[in-house]
Amino acid sequence: MAFVQNFPFMSIILSLFSGPLSTVMDRKKAKIINTAVLLILTAMSAAVLVYVMGTGESYVYTMGHFPAPWGNEIRVGVLEAAMALFFCVIMLLCMLGGVLERELELEESKENLYYVMVNLLLCSLLALIYTNDLFTAYVFVEINTISACGLIMIKQNGRTIEAATRYMIMSLLGSGLLLLGICFLYDLTGHLLMSNIQQQVRILQETGAYHVPLLVSLGLMSIGLAIKSALFPFHTWLPDAYGYSTVSSAAILSSLVSKGYIFLLVKIFFRVIGFDIVKNSKVVNVLFVFGIAGMIMGSVSAIRENNIRRMIAYSSVAQIGYIYMGFGLGTTDSVVASIYHIVSHAATKSLLFVAASGITDASGDSTSFFDLTGAGYRNKLAGAAFTVGSLSMVGIPMFSGFISKLLFAQSALESVNKMLPTLIALAISTILNAVYFLKTVIRIYAPDRKLASEKHFRTITMADQPQKAAALILFIILNLALGLSSQPVIRLIRSGLSMFS
Amino acid sequence: MDFSNLMLNYEEAVAMILFGIGFSNLLLQKNLIKKIIGLNIMDTAMYLFLALKGYINGRKAPIVVNGVQSVEAYINPIPSGLVLTGIVVSVSVTALMLSLTIRLYYRYHTLDLDEISTRLKKEGL
Repeated sequence: MAFVQNFPFMSIILSLFSGPLSTVMDRKKAKIINTAVLLILTAMSAAVLVYVMGTGESYVYTMGHFPAPWGNEIRVGVLEAAMALFFCVIMLLCMLGGVLERELELEESKENLYYVMVNLLLCSLLALIYTNDLFTAYVFVEINTISACGLIMIKQNGRTIEAATRYMIMSLLGSGLLLLGICFLYDLTGHLLMSNIQQQVRILQETGAYHVPLLVSLGLMSIGLAIKSALFPFHTWLPDAYGYSTVSSAAILSSLVSKGYIFLLVKIFFRVIGFDIVKNSKVVNVLFVFGIAGMIMGSVSAIRENNIRRMIAYSSVAQIGYIYMGFGLGTTDSVVASIYHIVSHAATKSLLFVAASGITDASGDSTSFFDLTGAGYRNKLAGAAFTVGSLSMVGIPMFSGFISKLLFAQSALESVNKMLPTLIALAISTILNAVYFLKTVIRIYAPDRKLASEKHFRTITMADQPQKAAALILFIILNLALGLSSQPVIRLIRSGLSMFS
Repeated sequence: MDFSNLMLNYEEAVAMILFGIGFSNLLLQKNLIKKIIGLNIMDTAMYLFLALKGYINGRKAPIVVNGVQSVEAYINPIPSGLVLTGIVVSVSVTALMLSLTIRLYYRYHTLDLDEISTRLKKEGL
């Protein structure tokens, strides 16, 4: 066994143990440890990706050398390794982009607790990506929820505590349903490892036994994870949680936490139930309807919003809707489009949150639209970055958002019944996106020198906020890279998905 | 419809009814403490369901006594292990929810989440 094969397990353990280490350090040292760990994890995930792409097949890592039906397993394929690398990179950039805000907004004694939460969160995300065991996945889903709750409420004001409570309530409802689904599935198949469950499900499907319980279990797991990742009617906690927490929390929550759950759902579809069973069930239709509703309603709420952070948060609701619409279309191509959208949305939304914080810094920390007039001139880099993010969200060619919309539209053509609703929803949603994002871009580039001099807004150059500037530049490069050379990424997702079954 | 299986497996039916009670309490109650009680009922119902799945009539807990090592003598231990894991998870989320509730109560002197939301809107924070 190659040494690289140990890396997935090591990266989970490393990020789990660096958390407690940060609690006993002071804030400076905790920050250094956190950055170092994130860099090491990125390097490890990259090494795993290179290794898996080299061998061209997935491998199974048995924990403690207990054989298959009894022991716990980690399974690594191209898609898992790529997702782990991508999540590590985004996490690193989000942390880099929010350094200043964390120093300003958090109490001094709380800052190292922040790094504990971040390490725990990354640990649970990596475990969700790599694990081959359904119950382990459930446990790490809960760890993910708890650490995300910590990230929301670490900046203490009434809003964030209320948002954290609402987030916890919704998440617990979701994980209750997920656990119920997993228990049903365990009851039907007698296994907890994904590959073993799939074998048993195939047998059940052939004999036609327990058709309804299997469907109920699939439905419960899908709806549970949909609630946790804030699909449209369950999104009420989201604007407050993203709108008032500190900027790196908002970026991490929107780009990573909800995506971890969605990736688990992809694994359940492909590795646990089997996609041919999933796409013939009615569950995908439900996800399709809610996804389309989310695409429209999220954008409508975003248009009515006067607070830039909350507007970006509502836009997340719409983008989550896109991802679930892709699952709802029920073809392998549409799932590829959904996974590409996970990547592109994670890269874009964290860029938007960090850029928005740069813009509000140049507007006297006000998030309301009125004060943002001309902010693009006061903080040039943040303005440019926000424009890039907006254009990507709207779906202008060259940026990553365009590719995912193109992929969604192409995959919609394959299914007869859902083609028309999908294309109409895509068109409407694109127009609505353009309305609120371009409205903001026009406002931050509207020349209004009177307002700036009246309110004494400061001008921010790249030298004032070097970390944020670096993060923004890297985000812009990532976004352009995803948009301009999308084919390798799509090929990678395709080969990863084919390794799943 | 044939309900004879329902009567045969009435324990599972009870577990599901309890799950429904807990779920709807967590979703619909306004009082935060009642929500948390609902959460606990929901989780406990899951453990009841899991424990039932592992139990085999007339067998004992898988602890070797008097040298009896036959598989036939014991119940399935995995669901019990899952229940233990689940209890740890639910204890930690309950503790977190209670601490959030205390924070909110100190700030707003009420346990009604909707009232807190309306007050926050008035504050315009």
